[in-house]
Amino acid sequence: MKARDILSVLDAEILTGDENLDMEFYAACGSDLMSDVMAYVKENVVLLTGLVNPQVIRTAEMMDIKLIVFIRGKRPEEKIVEMAREKGIAVMTTNHPMFIACGKLYSAGITERGVWD
Amino acid sequence: MTYGIIRKDFVIPANDFTIAGEASSCVKKMLIQLGVDPQKVKKTAISMYEAEINAVIHANGGIAEVEIDRNKILIRIKDDGPGIPDLELAMQEGYTTAPDSIREMGFGAGMGLPNMRRYADKLEIRTEVGKGTIVEITVFLTDN
Repeated sequence: MKARDILSVLDAEILTGDENLDMEFYAACGSDLMSDVMAYVKENVVLLTGLVNPQVIRTAEMMDIKLIVFIRGKRPEEKIVEMAREKGIAVMTTNHPMFIACGKLYSAGITERGVWD
Repeated sequence: MTYGIIRKDFVIPANDFTIAGEASSCVKKMLIQLGVDPQKVKKTAISMYEAEINAVIHANGGIAEVEIDRNKILIRIKDDGPGIPDLELAMQEGYTTAPDSIREMGFGAGMGLPNMRRYADKLEIRTEVGKGTIVEITVFLTDN
């Protein structure tokens, strides 16, 4: 699924990273614990999180994650958005809570899961 | 890749969680520039980042020494922190001594050391209570 379809499925708003809108995503990871995100190996992953701090962007950087969706209407401050922009990571925000956001993406076809070991 | 041995040291600043990961970010960029295989870059970046976060959380920061030659990437994270009293316990997924304030930042869930073990090709930890900890992460670039 392309990032632009994720944007529409989640009724989200894009804060940075228009150039990533045509990237394809096959798997998603919904977590507020960044170490759990890092235990999850998969390519073309979208990260959904309710945690808003610079370490979310760092974690995405280390994991080569190119799209982060902040849930429950969380909106990172400009400094964090800027950090994502510098690293080529797209950032969206949606008003949906975690469970609903994950459910919508799953129903829309993002069904791959990560490998733990 | 055509280079000899590259050495670089980084300071991991104390108590500044917002900039934690800066050294790992630099190393990741360096490895990409050197043309290292993307999977090996990712393995190195994640394990170093976890070690860096640990040094900030538990040990008032420390230093990171990075050595890259044609066979391997070696990352040594040294701190003068409290040390790890029971290393075997600390290696278990979910075991943590981090305070709630760290969990609110998305870390401290007891996955740091297990993630380092998961991604590093070799992980060596030397620790002494009251003196500090040295974490050595190796990622091999060649098969032999």
